[in-house]
Amino acid sequence: MALGGFKGSWLAFHVGIMTGFISTFYLLNGLLWPRPRGAESQTPHPDVWVVQHPALLSAGHPHLSGGQDRGVSMTAAELYSKVRILCWVMTGPSNLETKARHVQATWTRHCNVVLFMSSVWDDGFPTVGLGTKEGRDQLYWKTIRAFQYIHQHHLEQADWFLKADDDTFVVLDNLRWLLANHTPEEPVYFGKRFKPYAKQGYMSGGAGYVLSKEALRRFVEGFRTKVCTHTTSVEDLALGQCMEKMGVQAGDSRDAAGRETFHPFGPESHLTGKFSKSFWYWKYCYYPIVEGPQCCSDLAVSFHYVSPELMYTLEFLTYHLRAYGYRFRYQPPLPENAARLLQRQARPKAANATLLVQGTKRL
Amino acid sequence: MISESSSFVKGMVLGGLFCVFVTLIGHNKMGHGSKAHHHEHHHIQAPNIEDVSNLSEAERMELSHSIRVYCIILVKPKDLGNWAAVKETWSKHCDKAEFYSSESVKVFDSVVLNTNDMWVMVRNAYKLAYERYKDEYNWFFLAHPTTFAVIENLKYFLLKKDPSQPFYIGHTVKSGELEYVDGDGGIVLSIESLKRLSKIFEDPDKCPEQGGLLWKLSEDKQLAVCLKYTGVLAENAEDSEGKDVFNTKSVGSLIKEAMANHPQQVVEGCCSDMAITFNGLAPNHMHVMMYGVYRLRAYGHNFKDALVFLPPADSDND
Repeated sequence: MALGGFKGSWLAFHVGIMTGFISTFYLLNGLLWPRPRGAESQTPHPDVWVVQHPALLSAGHPHLSGGQDRGVSMTAAELYSKVRILCWVMTGPSNLETKARHVQATWTRHCNVVLFMSSVWDDGFPTVGLGTKEGRDQLYWKTIRAFQYIHQHHLEQADWFLKADDDTFVVLDNLRWLLANHTPEEPVYFGKRFKPYAKQGYMSGGAGYVLSKEALRRFVEGFRTKVCTHTTSVEDLALGQCMEKMGVQAGDSRDAAGRETFHPFGPESHLTGKFSKSFWYWKYCYYPIVEGPQCCSDLAVSFHYVSPELMYTLEFLTYHLRAYGYRFRYQPPLPENAARLLQRQARPKAANATLLVQGTKRL
Repeated sequence: MISESSSFVKGMVLGGLFCVFVTLIGHNKMGHGSKAHHHEHHHIQAPNIEDVSNLSEAERMELSHSIRVYCIILVKPKDLGNWAAVKETWSKHCDKAEFYSSESVKVFDSVVLNTNDMWVMVRNAYKLAYERYKDEYNWFFLAHPTTFAVIENLKYFLLKKDPSQPFYIGHTVKSGELEYVDGDGGIVLSIESLKRLSKIFEDPDKCPEQGGLLWKLSEDKQLAVCLKYTGVLAENAEDSEGKDVFNTKSVGSLIKEAMANHPQQVVEGCCSDMAITFNGLAPNHMHVMMYGVYRLRAYGHNFKDALVFLPPADSDND
């Protein structure tokens, strides 16, 4: 039947065109356009992190390779290996993609080791599961468990142990500079010092605080011997009270010009804000409050209430954008212990050590 | 049956080829469009570090002092908040900075232009600047009070450029045949360009005093038209990686865009490390930028810079 046959091959031809077009389209799509990263693919970038579940070990200080900042990063590199900091970030399942992800992409890259602490385990992110619930009233429980976990699994990987929130921004290189003048055997901890409720004061939780290895040991020991217990859910105050009981000193984190380094608010608030006289902050600060540009050290360590967008902005301002050739006003002298620390590294030439000191001399 | 399957196969091949054809045309169209755009865009780059790293300290100081930038900031009374912020922040780093205002304002000194028309303000500001400072400065930077500028980075950018050549630099935009510098990102003129501009101001046909009554060009475009008559063309400024150094948006906006467009490379992909300007900043943000650029840094990262700039006297926020 000629007519039927003709109709059949006509149909087949057109079906063929469609099939050919569609299959080629999908073929080209797969080859030419990169598949967009789905929400499922969460694993950390292999160039940045060495994953030792659930800990992330920095694959190398991000600015040591020279590369785009075409700078001589000698001292930062040495401090990185001499003053090892383990960072742990207080977060939760509902904040992983909205906040913790951006913390992971920015300042935590400068830690020697980082752990994201949540109530539940997440192998992809990755996070540690502390076995608590979520919520403000769980903060101290999470803190206790976090430090215990770190003490049990990561004690030898670092000299100092930093706690931060998922809306805290930290400049690790400046923290190393601060800590270079101390040793991990000292029972001391640093942060933004508040004065009420504790004789030696305590450190603001949101601004982040850092414990020496000895301080961490004593904290864990305190709970083991029940000298410290879960007294209140106000995490920073409770921790401060435990520190006091265990003989750990509340350190002075201000810079050589007496300016604060840990900040409980964002940079805009501190630099331009005028806090009303009735604001609680005035009664809480251990050291006198300075408003305006002298609020904050050039070598600031932390800011709080930092949105994801501000995280990237601060990372850009700290590590990337600069004024070419500019001689900074603030040129801190190299403290004694830091000098010893940096010279302690086996160096064949004495000349190299002098170069370091010269680089930081007052001009 | 055989005729059907062979028809099917023929159809498939044809369909496939057609698809490839359409895809190629689509890509070419985009490619061609941007290529053509690219070729007619004038680009100008920052100096390479190798060019300038073998100088002594004294040579560096001398070199740094030889690049003299005069800053013109055009203001109106409604800009008072930003005017104050600019006065307290980045303008201190110009060799000289003056505010040219539409009308006189009690609180601040300014060069009063007595006009509200932007083009007339631009024209008169340049005229006055040339008349008074042609022998004292070799580069002239014009900005709005919503702009934040890093003058040291501007000087680095201008390091190997001869001011006796006609330069007209910034963030450029193409409008038909005309390429002009977007005033929002700041406009840089060499002394030679300013000289030629002053001459053409005397020719009201080529460079009218008031924009035409019926057909008004924006002041940015009008400036480009006048300069073009003198043989001066706009150039888009970029760093060694091809990133714009004059930005018409704020860091925050650019970061937001980067978070949406390339979330895996937000900071790396956002902006140039040697950025010269950002725009759209509120007064508070200027203070944060001042801290972020001139003070906040990570300890232990040292740079071998070819130029040396000292902090200005009577200042504590830098």
